[in-house]
Formats: sequence, structure tokens, C-alpha cells
Amino acid sequence: MAHSGNPIAGTGTGSSPRLLIARAANLLFTLSLTFVGLTAITFIIGRVMPADPVLAIVGDRAPKEVYEAMYLKLGLDKPLIQQYLIYLVNVLQGDFGKSIMTTRLVLDDLIRFFPATFELASIATLAGIFIGVPMGVVAAVRQGRLTDHIVRVVGLIGYSVPIFWLGLMALLVFYARLEWLPGPGRIEVYYDGIVDPITGFILIDSAVQGEWEVFNNALSHLVLPAAMLATYALAYIARMTRSFMLDQLSQEYVITARVKGLSELAVIWRHAFRNVLVQLITIIGLTYASLLEGSVLTETVFAWPGIGQYITNSLFNADMNAVIGGTVVVGICFVGINMISDTLYRLVDPRVR
Amino acid sequence: MAEGVVTEAGGTARLRAWLLSDSPESTFHARCQRFYLGWRAFRTNPIAMIGLSIIATLVLAAVFAPLLTQGDGAEQHLSDRLLAPSAEHWFGTDELGRDIYERIVWGSRITLYIVGLVGVMVVPIGLLIGTVAGYVGGWVDTVLMRFTDIFLAFPRLILALAFVSALGPGIENAVLAIALTTWSPYARLARAETITIRNSEYIMAARLQGASAWRILYGHIMPLCLSSVIIRLTLDMAGIILTAAGLGFLGLGAQPPLPEWGAMISTGRQYILDQWWVAAVPGLAIFVVSLGFNLLGDGLRDVLDPKSGSAG
Repeated sequence: MAHSGNPIAGTGTGSSPRLLIARAANLLFTLSLTFVGLTAITFIIGRVMPADPVLAIVGDRAPKEVYEAMYLKLGLDKPLIQQYLIYLVNVLQGDFGKSIMTTRLVLDDLIRFFPATFELASIATLAGIFIGVPMGVVAAVRQGRLTDHIVRVVGLIGYSVPIFWLGLMALLVFYARLEWLPGPGRIEVYYDGIVDPITGFILIDSAVQGEWEVFNNALSHLVLPAAMLATYALAYIARMTRSFMLDQLSQEYVITARVKGLSELAVIWRHAFRNVLVQLITIIGLTYASLLEGSVLTETVFAWPGIGQYITNSLFNADMNAVIGGTVVVGICFVGINMISDTLYRLVDPRVR
Repeated sequence: MAEGVVTEAGGTARLRAWLLSDSPESTFHARCQRFYLGWRAFRTNPIAMIGLSIIATLVLAAVFAPLLTQGDGAEQHLSDRLLAPSAEHWFGTDELGRDIYERIVWGSRITLYIVGLVGVMVVPIGLLIGTVAGYVGGWVDTVLMRFTDIFLAFPRLILALAFVSALGPGIENAVLAIALTTWSPYARLARAETITIRNSEYIMAARLQGASAWRILYGHIMPLCLSSVIIRLTLDMAGIILTAAGLGFLGLGAQPPLPEWGAMISTGRQYILDQWWVAAVPGLAIFVVSLGFNLLGDGLRDVLDPKSGSAG
């Protein structure tokens, strides 16, 4: 993804009001086009599904009249394009329809399941940043030496390992054999429902309400799945940081700074790293977005009640409203995060402004 | 005997002189020379060589699977189920008493099949869309690139999941789904390359000679895009393998009894607490192969693209 160029980047370099408006319009256009594309493709997939949505609701023993009434009620007699437009209008109003599996509104389900994924991906990304960035910087500074090779190998391992398998192995070692950490799930059953879901993030909710026992339990459950996702984040961030730093360290201003007699720490962190920071924002945005979607497999392995597990479970139950809703929400987050990082990029880098 | 060695050495020396001569006599000669020089640079890169040997092992295992195993990995011996690794069963046996070593060897064919098929589908689509957009420009460029951006903005695994569930689980559909979610970066890459070369003088010359747009695209622009596309593909291979394994793990990829590594982990998951090898070995195989592709891709980039910042 990182080499793919930025789809949203504008071309103007000035910042006159007219250019700003043009850029905002361009951004809005791209956003709406992506949104329409995203919903259209998921919608078509939903309609191509071999499962019959009417049968899924009324059951296969329903009399013909009931079946046909439901068929009309779902609007399946209308042309596909009209069905899609109706769906699009509903989605824009936040109406994703009803989930067959949970019999609740899909939107309610998504609001319930999303925080778990968000919590997991956020902590994994933070861990990836705090470990990966220093690793990358150190590797670049000590290019070609042992530290550099270790960082490169660690990075490649994080890139190459199937995360779901690593999760299984980690459960085997740390839960089943060593018994250091709890098993799958977000929290132990007997702590379930003790804290009121204010934000949906168990760590924040339990801390705010002073339920430290719950907090500790939730934290210990979070360690393994977050570590698995962080492995990937760390590998990617360290690798890109190293490559960006190498670019900067060979620039003339670095030589100038050294000739001036600045300490090596100042040269690396205050001069070179500052320039890397700008590029890093994009990379971190990409990592974050891919963790939000990539948690599907990790959530399956760790029985984590997040949006990834929700989508997979719905898929196996042919619950298309839920699948489309989940996919659209993840897609919007994905696009949204990339746009935020693109905007941040412009704010931080005076050359792009 | 000694004479034979001398001629052989002489032959090698002559071959090397031919490969290194300053004035190639034919296009074929020039191509061989380029390849040889690339190989010489490649050979000095230990990381790339490790990657290459892993991939070579994979290919050899796939080709010679019948020679490397006694059965086809599908025979069940219910009396030998879930045996631990031993001299007789190197990697142990699974829940139906099938030898895991044999299944891993036969599974390498499936892995290569998936990777190869995705590559064959993704590269032409990406090259075509990217070069046409970059060469023609104007509204064609805008339309094609917006289309590409939509696919680029998609969450890959989830889209693949949705595709496979719509088309029905199975290895071909998994390949199709992965290809549909993978082609877009290639289009962007090819477009960027095309834009940098479309105004060069030799393209002008070809156009003056009356070459058609298609001829210029196919004969002059696409070959130049190929090296960066191939590097990108090698680096993507690991991701493709991991996605395919993930789909297999969820039960949406290759179906049992096919020895697909991801599906093997999925069944091994039930026995993870007591018979860990059933899930551990196929995962290790996936890991080693995708590591191999990553090492190879890294090395190829160092050799073919010296501008790249991450070249160490």
C-alpha cells in the first residue's frame, strides 16, 4: 500500500482561497465517489450471493403468499439500480437495515462491536509506533552493522508470519502451557456487565468507574491479540522509518549540522528525524487503517467480539445486511484515516502547504 | 579426464567472455549480457540468495512431489492418527492419520498455483490500465485512475471475504477475489512509470516512424514498466500467500481434503492443546515461504532499482 501513491493528494502548491476551495471540492468529490463505489460493489456482492434474503427471513416452510409479501416488502421486484439507490439513501441516513442473525438494527450492532476493534487496533498501533520508530532510527544510524541486520530481519519476520497462526501459537505457549495470560475473549465472564458501557472501550470505562479489577482483567486479555497485531505494525513502521531515515541522513544539511559540531543526538533527532516525521504520519495512518480491517483473523483466533468477527459470523450466516453494513463502515474508516493522515501531512510539512 | 576438465574450464571462460564483451552482436546477446550482469550483482547479496534458495526449494518440492513422498498426502490411516513427529512421520500425522510431511510437500503445489495465477491475472490488468492512463492522459486518465482509486481505497481482506462468500468458497474463487483486490497498485505504478517515459525521444522517434499507440504501449512502454512491476509483485507475493492462507483458515479458500496450508491450520486448531504439530507445521511452512518471497523481493529491489532508499 505504501508505494501506491496517494489517491487524494492535490496538485496545487499555493494556498490562496480559490485553490483551497478547489482542493476541498476535489477532496469531497473523491470521498463521495469512493463512497458510491464502495457501497455499489458491496451491494452487488450482496445481491449476487446465492443465499435468498427472503428465505432467510421467512424460513423455507412459509406459504407462498408470505414469501411474496416479503419479496415485495424488501423491494426485490424493482430494478437493481433502483434497489441500490434506495439502499444508498438509507445508508446516508444511517439505516443499514436489520440483521437477521442478531435481529437488531445493523447500526446498533456496529456501534456495539466497533469499540472492541477500535481499542485493539489503537493499542496495537501505539505499541508499533513506540517500538518500531526507535528501531528504525537506530537501524538507519547503524546501517550495515549488526543492529541494522537484526532490525531488518525482525521487520521481515513480522511481515512474513501469518498473524492468525502466531496467535494460535501464542495462546498455546502463554495461555495453555505457561498459564501467564488469560485465554480468548475480551474479559472473563464473571466480570462481564460490571462496568456500564459509556464509551464502549472497556479499559476507559473501567478506569473511569474505578473498577480496577475489571481493568486489570481486560488489560491482561488485551495483551496477546494486541501483541499479534503490533507485530505487523512494528515491522512495517520500523522498515519504513529506516528507509526514510537513510534518505535523510545522506542529505547535505545533515553534513552541515555535523560540521557545525552539533552532537550526534541532535543531528539525528532534531534535524533528520523531524523531516522523517512528515512521511511517517502517512505510514502510521496506513498501518492504523490496515489494522482496523486486518483484525478479522486475529479476532477470530482470540474470540474478540469486534467488527471483524461480526462480519465473518454474518458471512457464514448469509446475513447480507450485516456484511454490507460492516464492510461499508470499515471501508469508510479506511478511507477516512487515509484522508486525515493526508491532511495532517499538509499541516505538518510547510513545503506542501 | 584432465583434458575434459580443461575444455570445460575453457568453455566457461569463453562463455564469460561472450557474456562480458563490450559490443553485443544481437538483441539476444545483449539480453543474455544484461541478465548475466544482473545475476552477478544479485549473487553478492546474501539476503536475496537465501530468499532465492527458499523459493527454489518450494518449486522443486512442487515439481518433484511424487518422488519426495510415498503417497499423495490423502491416504488415511485411522490407526495412526495424531502421532507426534518421529523418524517415520517427520512432521507427525493429522486427525485422519495422514502424514503431515507429505501434505506439506503436496500443498506447495497449491501455494504456487495460487501465487502464479494471481500474478498472471494482476500484472496484465495493472499494466494495461496504468500504461493506457499514463500514455493517453486527459479524461481517459482521470476516469481510469478514479476507478483504480476506488479499488485502492477498499479494505483488501474484507473485500476478498465478501467476494469469496458471494462466489462460493473454493480455490479458484479465492484466487479471483485476491486478484480483484490486488491489481490497483500495479496500475498506479505503471502509470507513474509511463508518465516519466512517454515524452522521451525514442518514443517520439517511434511515433514519427508511424508506430500505432498500441505498438508503442506494447513494444516500448510496457517492457520498461516491467522491472518495477516484477519487484512489486515479488514483494506482494508474501501478502498474497498470507491472504490465501487466511481465507483457507476461515474455510473460504481451498476446501478439504486439499492439503492447503491455511486450511490445515484451521483443522489443527482443534487439537492445538495436545497435538500442537498439526497446526504448527503448516503455519511454519507459510511463514518460511512468505519470508522467502520477501527476502527475494528485497534483494531484487537492491539489484534492479539502486535508487530505492531501503537498499542497505
